[in-house]
Amino acid sequence: MRNLIVFLARNYFFLMFLLLEVVAVFILVRSNPYQRAEAVNSTSEVAGKIYAVRNDLTGYFNLRDQNRILSEEIARLRNLQGSAWLNTANKEIAVNDTLYRQRYSFIDAEVIDNTVTRRNNYIVLARGKNQGVREGMGVMGPNGIVGIVRSVSPNFCTVMSLLHKDSRISASLKKDGTFAQLLWDGGDYRNATLKEIPTHVKLVKGDTLVTSGLGNAFPKGVFVGVISSFEKKAGEKTYTAQVLLGTDFRKLQHVSVVNNLLKEELEQLQNSIPDDDGK
Amino acid sequence: MVSEILRHIIRFIVLVAVQGLILKNVEPLPGLNPFLYVLFLLLLPVELPGWLGLLIAFVTGWCVDMFYGTPGMHTATCTFIGFLRPAVLRFIAPRDGYEFGNQPTMQDMGRTWFFTYTITLVFAHHFVLFFLEMFSFREFFYTLLRIIMSTAASVLLITVTQFLFYRTKSGTT
Repeated sequence: MRNLIVFLARNYFFLMFLLLEVVAVFILVRSNPYQRAEAVNSTSEVAGKIYAVRNDLTGYFNLRDQNRILSEEIARLRNLQGSAWLNTANKEIAVNDTLYRQRYSFIDAEVIDNTVTRRNNYIVLARGKNQGVREGMGVMGPNGIVGIVRSVSPNFCTVMSLLHKDSRISASLKKDGTFAQLLWDGGDYRNATLKEIPTHVKLVKGDTLVTSGLGNAFPKGVFVGVISSFEKKAGEKTYTAQVLLGTDFRKLQHVSVVNNLLKEELEQLQNSIPDDDGK
Repeated sequence: MVSEILRHIIRFIVLVAVQGLILKNVEPLPGLNPFLYVLFLLLLPVELPGWLGLLIAFVTGWCVDMFYGTPGMHTATCTFIGFLRPAVLRFIAPRDGYEFGNQPTMQDMGRTWFFTYTITLVFAHHFVLFFLEMFSFREFFYTLLRIIMSTAASVLLITVTQFLFYRTKSGTT
């Protein structure tokens, strides 16, 4: 005790300085936001470094557990992921209007399988009978037509792509309405062929081609492509044109299925026309 | 003796007021701040007891902080100067010690002694102050530049003030 008093007495000046300085710095840090933030920052930085070193050391001991937990977590997340589920929500919208009768409704669909390299290409969509898809409906993408529904299961449907040997789409020139048949000769998936264009039509490279509305599959005026070149082959009386298709079949992801609400009525009417040849 | 104390008190009031009311708003170059009020601490009597010097320095810093709105910053700095001053005085003491009644002025102690004393303490003051203001050693060299420039400005001001007010005081020059 005596020694302590002697020590204090001998160093009173330094101890007093220390005391006052600590008080001053305490006031400084407590009442100035900037200094407080800096002080907290540097302390937490030091603490953070210590924690980091400790974690480096202890991290190895529970790696096995951590791996198990992570793989369980991954499996759980995979189950939650959208791709594990089939979206069957029906977004088809029907409009009731007494003046205009709705003729087409559209069912959105996701492409789940698609080929472009074969001679006969098919697309599979995640929409089927339960969502209102029927055989013979047209399918169009954001940039143009895609194909015709060929077969339907409860939740899926197969679409005969435009890139198919038997694909016949009735297309017309936007500028004068002349219609002709669009088909695919194989080869490049970006190009199709437009056949039997009458020669009196003044074709220009770059002419826009839209659906004609004939054949009940597509509404009239849906973009198909543009004419990239045309020629009149020797011995033929019509032009044959190459069409750059609007739809990039390699990038196809979301399409709409065209539901022609008046199709049955129209088909009944067409069937009632007496068949001239059958008479 | 009483008039001596009174003179110190008046000097304290004048210097702190000049610092807090005028020099606070003077920034001739960006980042350059002169601190004239250190002169008050410099001119405290040589034989002043250490503890009293510490207390006076603490209070001086406190008052300046009130003007600057930075509680603790000048207080801590001045306390440090109060701690450092006796050591500096001992270190640069003339060979046969200080005569009683010597004032730490250029007139009493000579030019060399005065500049050594002033520059050492002003630099120490600015060093502590500016780093307390930054509160980190980031931008170390920029802060150091500010310290050196401000020290030069403060020492210049202090010297000029000395010449203005103490030229004929002692009558011995």
